[in-house]
Amino acid sequence: MDSTQVEKSTISRWKPVIEDWKHTFYLWRRTKLAMVGTFIVAGFLLMALLAPLLAPYDPIKVDLVNRLKPPSKQFLFGTDQFGRDILSRVLYGARVEVWIIFLVTVISGTIGTAIGIVAGYFGGWIDEILMRITDIFLAFPRLILAMALSAVLGRGLTNAIIAISLVEWTVIARLARAEAMRVKSQPFIEAAKAVGASDLRILVLHVLPMCVSPVLVQLTMRMGTIILTAAGLGFLGLGAQPPTPEWGAIVSDGRSYLINHWWISTFPGLFIAVVVLGFNLLGDGIRDILDPRLRR
Amino acid sequence: MLRATFTLRGIEMAVLLKVEGLKKYFEIRKSIFSKPIYVKAVNDVSFEIERGSIFAVVGESGSGKSTLGRTVIKLIEPTSGRIIYDGRDITHLDKKDFLDYRRRMQIVQQDPYNSLHPRKLVKDIIGEGLKIHFRMRADEIYIRIKEMLELVGMREEHMFRYPHEFSGGQRQRIAIARALVLRPEFLVLDEPTSALDVSVQARVLTLLKELREKFNLTYMFITHNLAVVDHMATHVAVMYLGKIMEMGSKEDIFERASHPYTRALLDSIPSFGTGRRIRSIPKGEIPNPANPPSGCVYHTRCIRAVEICKSVEPDLVEVSPGHFCRCHFCG
Amino acid sequence: MLNVEKLRVVFYTYRGVIKALNGVKLWLNEEERLAVVGETGCGKSVTALAIMRLIEPPGEIVEGKVEFLGQDLLKLPEEEMERIRGKSVSMIFQEPISALNPVFKVGFQIAEAIAHSQNIPIKDAYQFVPEALTMVGLDWKRTMNLYAHELSGGMAQRVMIAMALAVKPKLLIADEPTSALDVTIQAQILELLDNLVRAGRNAVIFITHDLAVASEFCDRVAVMYAGNVVEVASSEEVFAQPLHPYTMGLIDSIPLVGQRKELKGIPGVVPDLVDPPSGCRFHPRCQKAFDKCKVELPDLIEVSKDHFVACHLYAAGDRDGSAAQS
Repeated sequence: MDSTQVEKSTISRWKPVIEDWKHTFYLWRRTKLAMVGTFIVAGFLLMALLAPLLAPYDPIKVDLVNRLKPPSKQFLFGTDQFGRDILSRVLYGARVEVWIIFLVTVISGTIGTAIGIVAGYFGGWIDEILMRITDIFLAFPRLILAMALSAVLGRGLTNAIIAISLVEWTVIARLARAEAMRVKSQPFIEAAKAVGASDLRILVLHVLPMCVSPVLVQLTMRMGTIILTAAGLGFLGLGAQPPTPEWGAIVSDGRSYLINHWWISTFPGLFIAVVVLGFNLLGDGIRDILDPRLRR
Repeated sequence: MLRATFTLRGIEMAVLLKVEGLKKYFEIRKSIFSKPIYVKAVNDVSFEIERGSIFAVVGESGSGKSTLGRTVIKLIEPTSGRIIYDGRDITHLDKKDFLDYRRRMQIVQQDPYNSLHPRKLVKDIIGEGLKIHFRMRADEIYIRIKEMLELVGMREEHMFRYPHEFSGGQRQRIAIARALVLRPEFLVLDEPTSALDVSVQARVLTLLKELREKFNLTYMFITHNLAVVDHMATHVAVMYLGKIMEMGSKEDIFERASHPYTRALLDSIPSFGTGRRIRSIPKGEIPNPANPPSGCVYHTRCIRAVEICKSVEPDLVEVSPGHFCRCHFCG
Repeated sequence: MLNVEKLRVVFYTYRGVIKALNGVKLWLNEEERLAVVGETGCGKSVTALAIMRLIEPPGEIVEGKVEFLGQDLLKLPEEEMERIRGKSVSMIFQEPISALNPVFKVGFQIAEAIAHSQNIPIKDAYQFVPEALTMVGLDWKRTMNLYAHELSGGMAQRVMIAMALAVKPKLLIADEPTSALDVTIQAQILELLDNLVRAGRNAVIFITHDLAVASEFCDRVAVMYAGNVVEVASSEEVFAQPLHPYTMGLIDSIPLVGQRKELKGIPGVVPDLVDPPSGCRFHPRCQKAFDKCKVELPDLIEVSKDHFVACHLYAAGDRDGSAAQS
């Protein structure tokens, strides 16, 4: 048997680097759509942020002289029956949408997580009761429930936000509950009990931190749905009230004028579709990127 | 020689932990409508643990040893029976009264990869107990954590890292530090080295022995490995399907084993280079604890079982001072 | 019968390239039992998989020769390798219940294994199933129709053994077959395996971390550390006269009933195989390391009759370890 001299690696030092890039490229290709999603969402947020700078006209002011003008250089998206510039209304509408998403996410995220982790951690009859309540909310189609709640609470943007939140929290609650159930049987929870931690302490300091990232991912993925629900309510007249330029409401405004003055409904409708798509792609991408990478 | 340590009651009890008729049954239901089945994980167990001893609890799957360890320190609530710690019946204490006992009885678990919170720094993992039980300033806590880490063979800077940055052996050391930082008297060690490589196990066991000396601790050491028991323990209890089959000093068990199951366990230990020996290996499978055999629970596998073993459960009999055996043919 | 030389296996990961096997050398004669012993990460399971050519990406066998019954298994086309697996070489695994297919009954799986080895249709193979199950001490009428999850650990391992030995392999590879079992069940299974292998005259490679089980069951023991075989000797010799510092450390760490010694353990941690130590991979943890150890990987050489060590402390024929020190 020969004795080897100085141990030389027979593997090219570039191979591991190449392999790693290959996998990154693979992930990139799969998540190219996520990049598209990111751009769309970024664009959407910029629109909302810069609306006052970008909008050529006041979105609310009535200008009957220019009513029902088709898209032109002067009014890029045309005007509606009150002479309001659709482009400006869409831009300011983005603000309304962002506001809705933000509030609904915060409210449903908080309520859902709280209820979910309590149900998952304590189990038993607490879990049963909380889950039956959740089931009641889940049993109704989202829009119907939101409509019913709006009818009870009255019309208006705030009430629409509350209505949507009351529907969305159930999704988060189920997820948080599943995470809490998974975590509670782990030895480190038992260890915390052994050093004397109370249930409350364990819930907040041990269980909650483990639930945060899956919940955040889920919330991001739900944002598209939230916009759709809000637009749906707006279309039905249950959301933001005139003259607030909420996209669904604008679509509704143009309903009667659809044949001859297609631009009133079409542009906000297009934006709804594109932004919802953007959020969905982004959500998918986040989920894809997080999962396999984590497996390393 | 006067003992320097005194408990609040003024007298230090020689028996630190006494357990009487302890039972823990788990209920299993197939549905809300069917009758419940009980898994009798711990089924009428009684023993005493002397202060300063290492009391080993040995058994295989379904023996109930892990459940026993947790029930004894009330991480699991017993179904019935009494637990008397340092002279006081702690079985039904309410939370407030129990808090100090909770501090005095700690546990080190089996799985080093899941017994430390993955999102917390080591210093927070170790320091949590201190925050719960003592009013200490931040710098006092820091010093205690540092001392504890050094005592278990790690370094001050390790407290600023996350568990995943450490090996299995190091994680167990962190778990030991977490338990001992509260200055407990009694430590339940549930298979603390079973998940570790042999060379790492050796160092952790040596550490555990040193710490016991240093802090005058009492251990309940749960394991399936009789060689480790011989190395560590002063007293041994052998469990099978929730019952104690034999119990005594280490010498009683290793040199004068009376129960067929104890003998079977001893015979099952492989040993070095002696080729293939003739051994009395028990037959059959370990029964399901939800459906234990009648009479003596070991009779289905016992090479010496006769008619009476199937119908009558033997009592725990003292075959010599301190040495107990549960078999119709002990001695 | 089996001769493994210079076997190198790597795994490509994000952290880098894991150099799992670093030139493994093993050999086995007909009807012989060799134990491959080591701690976590030493590469013993990878070695078994490499011999069976079951290394999948991101792993790759980058160098070496696995000579089995005159053929180099690493150079065979896949179809021929498939004829060897499950026929001349079979394998049993650590977690028997998971190693069985959960959707097929036990009887079917055994029949399938036999069918593959004898090249007959599965329905014809069914006639051999009762014998196979009885051979491992199970009630064939009942067991044939059970699914994997309905078996206990011991029963499942018996089924695996039935599947592996019913094909009458020349070589049986057992990867930690009893590590997941209770002590009394382990004793039963080892006794069963001992009887069957003796009767079937199979050669065995027995992989385990338990040196005591290894030396009781096998004739020879090969000790592995971080991707290399560091010592090979008979079971008695390895325990009575360990030569490699790692083997000595390992034996000093094992508690034995009736012994009154201190368990020393080995200081340090197992190295990261992405960036392993140069030369002898054990040198950072070795009390007796000297300069040469950091630079050159020692070969496995015969230091006394049938006792091989890979350590610079020893030269061929010299078991004192005195000649090599500079």
